[in-house]
Amino acid sequence: MGVLEVKNLGISFGGLRAVDDFNLAVEKGQLYGLIGPNGAGKTTVFNMLTGVYKPNDGKIMLDGEDITGRSNIEINKAGIARTFQNIRLFSDLTVLDNVKAGLHNQKEYIYSTLTGILRLPRYFQAERAMDERAMELLKVFDLDQEASYKASNLPYGKQRKLEIARALATNPKLLLLDEPAAGMNPNETQELMDTIRFVRDEFHMTILLIEHDMKLVAGICEKLTVLNFGQVLSCGDTSEVLKDPKVITAYLGE
Amino acid sequence: MKKLSKTAKSSLITYGIVVVAYLVCEILMKTGHMSSLMKGILVPLCIYAILAVSLNLTVGILGELSLGHAGFMCVGAFAGAVFSKCTAEIITVPGLRFVLALLIGIVCAGICGILIGIPVLRLKGDYLAIVTLAFGEIIKNLVNAIYFGIDKNGMHFSLKDSMSLGMEPDGVIIIKGAQGITGTPTDSNFTIGTILLLITLFIVIHLVHSRTGRAIMAIRDNRIAAESIGINITKYKILAFSVSAALAGAAGVLYAHNLSTLTALPKNFGYNMSIMILVFVVLGGIGSIRGSMIAAVVLTLLPELLRALNEYRMLIYAIVLIVIMIFTWSPGGIALRERYLPAKLFHKREKEVQ
Repeated sequence: MGVLEVKNLGISFGGLRAVDDFNLAVEKGQLYGLIGPNGAGKTTVFNMLTGVYKPNDGKIMLDGEDITGRSNIEINKAGIARTFQNIRLFSDLTVLDNVKAGLHNQKEYIYSTLTGILRLPRYFQAERAMDERAMELLKVFDLDQEASYKASNLPYGKQRKLEIARALATNPKLLLLDEPAAGMNPNETQELMDTIRFVRDEFHMTILLIEHDMKLVAGICEKLTVLNFGQVLSCGDTSEVLKDPKVITAYLGE
Repeated sequence: MKKLSKTAKSSLITYGIVVVAYLVCEILMKTGHMSSLMKGILVPLCIYAILAVSLNLTVGILGELSLGHAGFMCVGAFAGAVFSKCTAEIITVPGLRFVLALLIGIVCAGICGILIGIPVLRLKGDYLAIVTLAFGEIIKNLVNAIYFGIDKNGMHFSLKDSMSLGMEPDGVIIIKGAQGITGTPTDSNFTIGTILLLITLFIVIHLVHSRTGRAIMAIRDNRIAAESIGINITKYKILAFSVSAALAGAAGVLYAHNLSTLTALPKNFGYNMSIMILVFVVLGGIGSIRGSMIAAVVLTLLPELLRALNEYRMLIYAIVLIVIMIFTWSPGGIALRERYLPAKLFHKREKEVQ
């Protein structure tokens, strides 16, 4: 039984069938890549998985639990966290507070609004525990020195890392990365590849990512699914998929 | 841990400013160095400061533009005044009566905040501003049209005139339409105003620096990302909006009990008032609690202090507004004050990562 099982997923916008008969099975601890030309429907798949869009047909199973049609908040609580193609940080909050916001729904840190206003002992205990946990996460991404900076003041590469740290703070079973290497130079991409691998090993995380950088995809993904015009063109082990003539014609080029 | 003590220090300074200002005013009053004009303005100062701090919760922390703050103040003022007038003979302890009136004003304004918030917070920016503006005007006009009285048969409402209430001869008319409420017990004073301001600051500052405040600011900064990490947008938006409305209601109760006559005029509950509160918030620095409090006090005192200049005073008032705007917001103004003023006076700018 995989962490994520998607069966016959489909969605239409008006007359446009954006994604049709999409199937996916991701095993625990896998690094799975979703690739394809622009407009193929990759981000639409992500948006359906995270509850931003409600699929018209099909089923999404997370760890054996049917999460089809749930709201994005419920889906995050069920265990899917994501990052965005265009970085979406809480730009006016500090780096530390960005991660602490990610801890919002974790049982051990929840306290009521009234507890916060009256500063009951629970407030101090929970905030201290949150600070510790958030610093731990920041240390993993080498961001602990910048904890008190405003998120918008971080350089691009670090903003990407912070977004991953914030997603991990929600303690997900599955992490979705939408073009994590977009806008990065080769050195930063290399560093990002190490980070993604490290996240997988350190947190035993299952990761599904969308990416156009073939070096990154070939370097870290174990399995791939290729989308084209909303339909699965090919899927399987990375090395085989990248040799598939259909994929070469539609996406990679000769 | 260092960060926590930094925010704690900053809020202590804010409370300190209020306490010191209160003590200075009390000493001036006791030694007879304060004009009666100034004495009359002390409670309004507290009222405006509370309004500015509470509006900052909506504008600065939640990031939504609301132009209906005077409307919530109006709801609180009339709810509190009606209660005080009805119970003036039953509850004879002024302090207790005021506290109960305060609670009622806060609850009524808070409920209005929730009721308005549920449909209105789906709107953004200009649209939200227009709807809240309309709400404020509706409340003001509604209050001007209501006739309300009590006799031994119970409560009577009318929107026509006091005759149509059909009351027994022993009944008391409480709200007389456009004439408002007369004879409210004047239970509030400067000390109560200061205590209320301190409580408001306490609530807002603690709310901002808590799990709830973080969620509200996360929604302000990026709604989509906030949803993606499981923050309930509607819940926190309505929470911030209604707390802001409830605190405006508290200011309204204070206002109603400062004067014995309460009427809803464009001057006190109209959109002019809402915009003036917004001016305090913007000039004090959006999101800065202490700033909006100080701006409210300075900009309320200024026209009074300039009274000697007669018709020129509003001209100077306008110039002061522009100068403050340049000083707090324009890049040139920020550079200027950093060069010539001791850095400690202002928040040190954060070191940027190269």
